[in-house]
Amino acid sequence: MIRAWLGQHAFVFIQVLKRMLFSPVTSLLSALIMGIAFSLPVGFYILLQNIQVISGQVVVTPQMSLFLKQGTTAEDADTVRQRLQGQEQVIDIQFVSKDQALLQLQQNGGLGDVVRSLGRNPLPDAFVVNVQDEHAELLNQLQTTMQEWPEIEFVQFDSVWAKRLEAMLNFGRVIAMLLFTLLSVAVIAVMFNTIRLQILTRRDEIELSKLIGATNSFIQRPFLYFGAIQGLAGGITAWLIIALTLPAINDELRTLADLYAWNIHLQHLSHNDSISLLLFSAWIGWLGARLAVAGHLWQIEPGL
Amino acid sequence: MIQFKQVSKRFPDGYLALNNIDLNVAAGDIVFLTGHSGAGKSTLLKLIAAIERPTSGVIAINGHNIAQLKPAALPFLRRKIGFVFQDYKLLFDRNVYDNVLLPLQISGFDSKVVASRIRAALDKVGLLKKEKAMPVTLSGGERQRLCIARAVVHRPLILIADEPTGNLDMAYAREIMAIFHAFHQVGVTVMIATHDAALLEDTQNRILSLQHGKLAA
Repeated sequence: MIRAWLGQHAFVFIQVLKRMLFSPVTSLLSALIMGIAFSLPVGFYILLQNIQVISGQVVVTPQMSLFLKQGTTAEDADTVRQRLQGQEQVIDIQFVSKDQALLQLQQNGGLGDVVRSLGRNPLPDAFVVNVQDEHAELLNQLQTTMQEWPEIEFVQFDSVWAKRLEAMLNFGRVIAMLLFTLLSVAVIAVMFNTIRLQILTRRDEIELSKLIGATNSFIQRPFLYFGAIQGLAGGITAWLIIALTLPAINDELRTLADLYAWNIHLQHLSHNDSISLLLFSAWIGWLGARLAVAGHLWQIEPGL
Repeated sequence: MIQFKQVSKRFPDGYLALNNIDLNVAAGDIVFLTGHSGAGKSTLLKLIAAIERPTSGVIAINGHNIAQLKPAALPFLRRKIGFVFQDYKLLFDRNVYDNVLLPLQISGFDSKVVASRIRAALDKVGLLKKEKAMPVTLSGGERQRLCIARAVVHRPLILIADEPTGNLDMAYAREIMAIFHAFHQVGVTVMIATHDAALLEDTQNRILSLQHGKLAA
C-alpha cells in the first residue's frame, strides 16, 4: 500500500520533470524570473548581514571625545584628566596627544599628503572617554558639564554614528522584508498564472480523469509538484546569481575598502540560510500552484 | 447491479429529461439502450455515473444508493464503471500504452501488475502491437478499441458504451460488438446506448427503449 503510494508520487515527480524538460526554454525562463525576483531581497539581506558584522565589531557603549583648546599645556591636560576621574559615569580615559593624532591620520586616513602640505599640526590634544551606557539625558548633562570646562574646545559624542548605523540597518531590514514580501507575492502571481494556463491546456485530461474516478488530490498532484519544483529551481537560480555576482562585488569593494582601510568582505548565505532559501522558494511555488488549483480545477466538471 | 426506482430528472430550465423510470439490470446482464436523440439516453448514462443527480427517485449501483452520494465518494463509484465514450476522449499527448495506464494510476495499482494488465487489455482489443503508437496515428476503429481497452483495464463491474458503433462501418461495428460480448461472457454487466438499428436487429439481448423520457414496454 505504502509502496504503491510512493510509486505514484515518484511517477508524478518524473512525469512533471519530463514535462519541464520537454519545454526547456519556458522552464528556464520561469526559473530565471523567480531567481531574479528572489536574488534582489536575498542580496540585500546579505549586504545587511555583512554590515551588521562590521558594526558588531564597533563598541556600542557610548564614547566621548573631548578636544582641548589649541595652546593648552600638559598641566591643563592633567587637570582635565583629574576632573574626568572624578566623574562617576566615566569608565576609562585615554589621552591622544596631537602628535599621536597626526600620526594616525597620516597612516590611516589616506590624508597624509594633505596634512603634510599644511606645514603645521592643526590637530588638538584630546581625551577619548568611555562612559556608562545610561539614560540619554544623563549623558547629555555630562556632555554639557564637560563643555563648560575652560580647557575644553568641544565635546563630541562618538557613539552617535554607531546608533545611526544601527538605526539605518533596522531601516534596511524593514526595506528588505518589504521587498521580500512584495517579490514573493509577485512570484506567487507568476506561478498562479503558469498553473492556470496549464490547467486550461490540460482540461481534457482533467475531465477524463474525473470521469474515470480520479480523486481531487490525484488531479492536483502534478500541478503542485510542478509549482514546488519550479519554485525550487527559482531558489537555486537566485543562489547561483548571488554566488556569481559576489566575487565581482567583492573585488570592487576591496578597492573601496582599501581606500578607507576597512576590512569588508561579503559572505554568501550560510548553510542554514541557503537551505531556508530553497525551502522557502519551493513553498512559494507550491503555494502559487495551490491557489491556482483551488481557483480553477473545481470549475472543470466532466460531461459524457 | 443497476437499479432505478421512480427516477425523474428535471433540468433547471424545466425540461423533463427522464420521467419516472423503473429499471433493473442484473449483474452479468447485457442490455441495449435505445431511443431517438433527445429521448434521455445521455441523461440516463450521466445519472449512472453520478455526473448528474436525479430530481427524485433512487438509483442503486451494486446495491449502493448513489443519489445522495457525497462528492468525496464519487471517484470510488466511478472506478466501478468502465466508460466507452462516444468521442473516445483519448489523450493525444501520450502513446497507446500510457492512455491505458491512466485508469490504473487513478485506482493506485501496484506497478508490478500494471504492465501485464495493460498488455492483457490491449491484447483483447487487438492493439498489442501498437502500444508505442500515438493515438493520432490510429484509425477510427483503432481509436474506438483503444477507448475500450482503457475502459476495461481496471476490471470494472459495469461497462457502459455510448454510441460505440456510431462512426464505424458495419464490419467494424460487428467486431466491436464481439468484444463487448466477450466481456459480458466473463461476468461484466454491459450497457450499450445506441440508435444503430442494424445492431439492434442482430441481437437477442434485452432492449430498453426510451421515448420522451419514459421507458417503453
